[in-house]
Amino acid sequence: MSLSDADMATIWLTLRLASTVTILLLIFATPLAWWLARTQSWFKGSISAIVALPLVLPPTVLGFYLLLAMGPNGAIGQITQALGLGTLPFTFWGLVVASMVYSLPFVVQPIQNAIEAIGNRPLEAAATLGAGPIDCFFSVVLPLAKPGFMTASILGFAHTVGEFGIVLMIGGSIPSETRVVSVQIYDHVEALEYAQAHVLSGVMVIFSFLVLLTLYTFQRKRKAVGLTYGR
Amino acid sequence: MNVKTWFRIFFLWGFTLCAEAKPVQIAVAANFSKPMQSLVTEFEKDYDYQIAMSFGSSGKFYAQIKQGAPYELFFSADQTKPDVLQQEGLVVAESRFTYAIGRLVLWTVRHDFANKIEMKLKGGAFNKLAIANPKLAPYGAASLQVLNYLELTDDTQTKWVRGENIAQTYQFVHSGNADLGFVALSQLLGRNNMTEGFYWLVPDNMHQPIKQDVVLLKRAEKSQGAKTFLDFIHTEKAQTIIAEYGYLTSNGGQE
Repeated sequence: MSLSDADMATIWLTLRLASTVTILLLIFATPLAWWLARTQSWFKGSISAIVALPLVLPPTVLGFYLLLAMGPNGAIGQITQALGLGTLPFTFWGLVVASMVYSLPFVVQPIQNAIEAIGNRPLEAAATLGAGPIDCFFSVVLPLAKPGFMTASILGFAHTVGEFGIVLMIGGSIPSETRVVSVQIYDHVEALEYAQAHVLSGVMVIFSFLVLLTLYTFQRKRKAVGLTYGR
Repeated sequence: MNVKTWFRIFFLWGFTLCAEAKPVQIAVAANFSKPMQSLVTEFEKDYDYQIAMSFGSSGKFYAQIKQGAPYELFFSADQTKPDVLQQEGLVVAESRFTYAIGRLVLWTVRHDFANKIEMKLKGGAFNKLAIANPKLAPYGAASLQVLNYLELTDDTQTKWVRGENIAQTYQFVHSGNADLGFVALSQLLGRNNMTEGFYWLVPDNMHQPIKQDVVLLKRAEKSQGAKTFLDFIHTEKAQTIIAEYGYLTSNGGQE
């Protein structure tokens, strides 16, 4: 029993989706995490709650609202149409946007924790030595918060790979465009093709285990080295 | 209220719990959820049995039944799953019959498509065409047959978006994301709700009949409630309700 071409296509698509989402999320989530870690603002609580919402909401709720919002009559749909991009549902980039919403807390929270753990002193020291905010970010924050960024990347990637409900709601199961592994497995099961479902599910289990193994091994090593500078 | 009254309420409640028979558990294909609710309401008026309905996809129900799910009747969306269950000896063969035959429609919510739906499909003048996944949903398979019949499969393929089931296909059209979509007539009709948008009733001769079969599961062979409900589905009254929701019925009840 081996993987068919159609199954392979879903695996590649899933990896492409997860990588794109992870890279974009690191770019967008870092300033947000930075702000959340440093701000004293009274609406920090509200923003944190909004960031954490995808943790709690069922994917069906997110998928349903995204389908409406990204549709021709929805708020996001109006904007994308005005920009001449058409509408997002049933496209790869639609899935990217949806996955970014869905995986946001998994990327923001580890980075935020890491930045909070650095505390003020290293930053003040850097400022005293004449480092500007950007220099300070790249030569102090980034190296010190590296474990946080690693965790965020791995979790963001893995969580996007494991996404199902939202893709089902807004994807439309188009080969090489929106038909990801989880949807393909669902299709196999529904079509009573249990053998194919087994193979693909097995691949998912092994992959997920390896990802988490990497994550935990990595975190243990960090602790062993005792890199808790700034605390 | 004093203590005595409370005791009385408590005992009465306990008594009703004991007296009430266990409800008949039935598994129903999602496309049939609206008519089934009406059928059960009518049934429970006339008979002393309670029906507990579960709605979902036939494929999932098949898997669950194989693993010993406690359903007594299975209203499938097709004939394939009852076929397989029968081969596996999990159903009472004589109980099986076609309870409904689905009608396929091409549906739109765009007002400028009114009365021009068939033309729009043939002319390719639409953004997306929503169909239920032909591999999974009988309505999807029928949609594909219609496209083949009209020789539009190749021309429209790039515009297909597949719903995992007919309910999702409905959602794609309803939310305005797809201009056109093949859905079940039963989704648009119903006893109370008005049809939104416009539809073209696909002529029967363009696809194989969408026959939906029900089976009594072996584990419920002796369930009086399940048998009574199955007999009720055979009655004129039940068949009329099914027809009201846009299905054809097998005992000659054309519409």
